[in-house]
Amino acid sequence: MNGIHDIGGMDGFGPVIREENEPVFHADWERRIYPLSLLTLRQLGVSADEFRHSIERMPPARYLTSSYYERWIAAVETLLLEHGVVTREEFRAALGDEGAGAIAKPAEGPPATSGARSKAPRARFKRGDRVRARNLNPPGHTRLPRYARGKAGVVVRDWGVFVFPDTNAHQAGARPQHCYAVEFDARELWGKPTSAKERVSVDLWEDYLESAATTGPKKGGKR
Amino acid sequence: MSHTHNPGDGGAGERHAAPMVEEITDFEVLEIAVRELAIEHGLFTAEDHRRFTEWAESVGPAAGSRLVAKAWIDPAFKARVMEDAVKACKEIGIDWAEPTGFGTPSDYMNLRVLEDTPTLHHVIVCTLCSCYPRPLLGMSPEWYRTTNYRRRLVRWPREVLAEFGLVLPPEVEIRVEDSNQKCRFMVLPVRPEGTENWTEKRLAEIVTRDCMIGVALPRPGRTADVHPVQKAGRPVQR
Repeated sequence: MNGIHDIGGMDGFGPVIREENEPVFHADWERRIYPLSLLTLRQLGVSADEFRHSIERMPPARYLTSSYYERWIAAVETLLLEHGVVTREEFRAALGDEGAGAIAKPAEGPPATSGARSKAPRARFKRGDRVRARNLNPPGHTRLPRYARGKAGVVVRDWGVFVFPDTNAHQAGARPQHCYAVEFDARELWGKPTSAKERVSVDLWEDYLESAATTGPKKGGKR
Repeated sequence: MSHTHNPGDGGAGERHAAPMVEEITDFEVLEIAVRELAIEHGLFTAEDHRRFTEWAESVGPAAGSRLVAKAWIDPAFKARVMEDAVKACKEIGIDWAEPTGFGTPSDYMNLRVLEDTPTLHHVIVCTLCSCYPRPLLGMSPEWYRTTNYRRRLVRWPREVLAEFGLVLPPEVEIRVEDSNQKCRFMVLPVRPEGTENWTEKRLAEIVTRDCMIGVALPRPGRTADVHPVQKAGRPVQR
């Protein structure tokens, strides 16, 4: 989904705020979140993909004004509800009238196409291939950042076979497939005035990619 | 539900000289409710949670520092790190498949160490969430998780690094790694001049967390990540 989490390349929000002598945890409850989250994922059999999607579905304004650990606890609340472990009534009783957390909305559209593959998938691309990230805008979970869509890059590594987040997050099949490190020249991503000496590497699953040799501009074209 | 938790219990939080969050937020209330309901419904036990919390408190960047220092001193180890970092981590006591040692889940999928050269600098971000190599570097710093870092690093790497005090010459190429998959990344910086004949332990002291994320470079005398005075705030605050 083109959600509030997909923010790479946005401007206008000011500098990176850093903190002097930052403690690892800012409050006691923060130190409890990571264990709480991972124990919940394990016990419910929830994938990292589904967990990430439960964060992405937070109400956008709430997402922006929440801290990292606040997003995590909101996501765990969502998962406990959606997996039927805890009811809304139980949360309401525990939190009081006004205490409801940031429960994520259900996904707005249908999950991405389903269908497990039975055979071990062969790699369609290899190191050195020019590829283009497809212009995909799925309504559900995806790990194809918006800033890379439609852009051409070069495969620099084949990571091997991984489950496909776009379906796995929705329990719509693992669709294992090759995932590649694809390097993009910053000028391809952001336009000409950008420094020539900057690259961004993104890991992209095969279903995100098409060959740039047939669909993109001529290989070696000057930008 | 039973209220076993005492909200007034400062506990380990008092170790910090000045906690940044003083009042009880609704997310803190939510954490208590979620944890107690999960335990009440038998999802896990309070003891499971306590042990895991202890582990989370025990991890820090020292493991990563050791890995870098060892790689600087031992070329054969460095070759193993570049070939299979997960396997090489076992040599320094880090097991990515079973980081806690008591059957707790890991967010492990893979680890890749990115080697800097005098003309190539790596820096890591996760634009879609905040993926971070916890078994090696511990819990991520708040700035790494802020939306401003996630927004800006892929677009303005040179400028963001300069804000961190790292001004790279124009001839140095910057390679930003967007940690968007489940692989985790760590930077292996160039060993700085003036560290010849240093011991592994002494070398490890200058390999700070920020050097392994890629927003700082190690140098003799720099043993801590010191940032300008800027109070952490809500992500959209200036």
